[in-house]
Amino acid sequence: MAHLQEHARKQIKEIVDRYKDEKTPLMMILETIQNEYGYVPLEVQEYVSELIDIPVAEIYGVVTFYSLFSLTPKGKYVVGVCLGTACYVKGSQQVMDKFTEILKIKPGETTEDGLFTLDALRCIGACGIAPAITINGKVYPKVALNQVASIIKELRNKGTESV
Amino acid sequence: MVEKIKNKAELEKKISSCETKLEEKFSGKDGKRHMVVCGGTGCLSSDSAVIVSTLEKLIKEKGLEEKVTVNMVGCFGFCSQGPFVKIYPEDRLYRLVRVKDCERIVDEDIIGGKVIEDFLFVEPSTKQKVEKQEDINFYKKQLRIALHGCSIINPEVLNEALGYDAFKAFIKVLDMNQQEVINEILASGLRGRGGAGFPAGRKWQFAKDQKSDEKYVICNGDEGDPGAFMDRSILEGNPVAVIEGMMIAGYAIGAQNGYFYVRAEYPIAVQRLQIAIRELEEIGLLGDNILGSGFSFRCHIRLGAGAFVCGEETALLNSIEGKRGMPRPRPPFPAIKGLWGKPSIINNVETLADIPYIIRMGGAEFAKIGTAKSSGTKVFALGGKVNNVGLVEVPMGTTLRELIYDIGGGIPDGKKFKAIQTGGPSGGCLTEKDLDVPIDYDSLLERGSMMGSGGAIVMDEDNCMVDVAKFYMEFICDESCGKCTPCRIGTKRMLEILNKITDGKGTKKDLENLRTLAEVTKANSLCALGQTAANPIISTMTAFEEEYLEHVDDKKCDAHICKSMLKYIIAPERCKKCGICARNCPVDAIEGQVGKTVFLIDQDKCIKCGVCFTVCPFKAIDKK
Repeated sequence: MAHLQEHARKQIKEIVDRYKDEKTPLMMILETIQNEYGYVPLEVQEYVSELIDIPVAEIYGVVTFYSLFSLTPKGKYVVGVCLGTACYVKGSQQVMDKFTEILKIKPGETTEDGLFTLDALRCIGACGIAPAITINGKVYPKVALNQVASIIKELRNKGTESV
Repeated sequence: MVEKIKNKAELEKKISSCETKLEEKFSGKDGKRHMVVCGGTGCLSSDSAVIVSTLEKLIKEKGLEEKVTVNMVGCFGFCSQGPFVKIYPEDRLYRLVRVKDCERIVDEDIIGGKVIEDFLFVEPSTKQKVEKQEDINFYKKQLRIALHGCSIINPEVLNEALGYDAFKAFIKVLDMNQQEVINEILASGLRGRGGAGFPAGRKWQFAKDQKSDEKYVICNGDEGDPGAFMDRSILEGNPVAVIEGMMIAGYAIGAQNGYFYVRAEYPIAVQRLQIAIRELEEIGLLGDNILGSGFSFRCHIRLGAGAFVCGEETALLNSIEGKRGMPRPRPPFPAIKGLWGKPSIINNVETLADIPYIIRMGGAEFAKIGTAKSSGTKVFALGGKVNNVGLVEVPMGTTLRELIYDIGGGIPDGKKFKAIQTGGPSGGCLTEKDLDVPIDYDSLLERGSMMGSGGAIVMDEDNCMVDVAKFYMEFICDESCGKCTPCRIGTKRMLEILNKITDGKGTKKDLENLRTLAEVTKANSLCALGQTAANPIISTMTAFEEEYLEHVDDKKCDAHICKSMLKYIIAPERCKKCGICARNCPVDAIEGQVGKTVFLIDQDKCIKCGVCFTVCPFKAIDKK
């Protein structure tokens, strides 16, 4: 089993301490770790288990139950396509298909270069501007099929520039 | 350090000064003009935050800071026409405003004092330009109770909420005993807005009657129904009203702590709640011994993590307790044994938002609105194939026709109305013949659908109902928590059958099996998710039986959605032999010679991507 580096242990301990006054803080701890690191790997779950005295099996159960948590790192750009009803009836499935076609990954997967993760989103409550997509959490309205290629290209250029 | 408000008299004084200030703002008595910009999710994604900062910058550059203010407010509800900029005291509403339009608004309207006609809403039915919000048909039939204050007050400024009725109900409650508060809610006839429609007063009564050292109020903001965004807009538009509703519930049942369970996908709602809670704590309206009354109350926020089933109340409790969000068997009901084993009530956001109104106006007054068995109003998220997409609040008993045509402005592009789906994945489809039925909890149930949390998705002739049923089943299958067998396996099997049918391989026997499975899953699942999972199938199979039969018998999908049954065919008499289709075909399935022969699609090679259909300049390609 891989071991966490000292500074990572310190950071995680600090996160756990943030919620020490809360009753049953497990979800809050995991959500913060997910937000700050982008994923919750097994080593981290083991350390959290040690700190709050909850069996790692239970923590793993929680992590894998909720779609917000990820066991593997996400790409630099997390593209979410809303497949809520309002978006769906306005063609968001085709938008999703276009993304999978160009990026050559399925929803939930990350491209090999680590640039893109594609997510299928449940309704994000942006039904008024369907079909909607999100890129790293920011909502983009009324995405047309023929925009998909240029969206990817733009992000790819931006992403490779700053590396 | 903000001064704490110590007693009722001080709060009344504070409210009255906030009211005067807000009234002066709206009426222009303060000698200023005020611009408000919609900060709902739809408008924010159309850059309304940039519109605010641009307007602020322009105002500053032109030295108008003393005369003009700019604020962001909650959702206007009319999402398809956003972003909105509204100007007081004229009450003038500009729609579809873009960042580049800000300069014109400042120059022509604010400085020039002229109405900018281009930015006014045009009523589609009369082609007339409308200046004031209240004169737009979309708003005329609406009655805003749960959305009180949304799009009017700045949700991040407590004083604006206090100037717009906040905490008046709470003051009133402090002079009542617990039972009197509950009696008022019982008298109002308020039923839970989360979907099931259980009388809120009775829920409160159960929890109040329990003896316990600790009780909890929980606000269910895990709005997971695809196509619903009412709770989000309420929390984003007037968070203080929901907090007040929660405090009143806490007072009534004897709870000192309230938990908001909000989807992590709603960061703006969470942020505005946090701001409101902090401000209320600072002035002493949340915390110990509020206003010297002896009543203490604290609010906490917990985030959902993307599990639809957590909208089910017992699953939600498990989630707060740091467990997998799986439902618990009931009884015991949460009112007896809820969060951490203590008596708890779980109310939906919209339910709590209705509470301050009921206390302010009296339960009897609320009961006058709506129908005999479903009082008050309901917020609907009107979406899909309808002109005016947005959030609408109407009295119960409004008909679907009024909702879709008078408020929604009808179906776009002259298409034909086919169905309206209410209640999300737990609900069903209503059709033409249901259009004049007054909407309430019971009338929808009778017709095989349900109120749900209020999603209302309109579908037209281009939507395939088998595909719609499949869409919901995919969703439910994904979101089934897996605890009970009927739901875990039943939804999977139903999805497989639907896939078979839409792939053009279905048989009559499949339809029979589908119906049986639907009934079994409905009757035997543990929680509401499984019990209602088959509703979209049952309702579409009932209302659109022929469409299912066509898929099975004729292998035909009239809406041209199911790809396996779809053929693209070039009409030889319309083909101009230009070859554009062939050049764009990704799989080289189209053959012909430019200028010489009519082009032809090889059906074996065709992947039905529809590119040729879109690119043909002469519309010579038909879907069959």
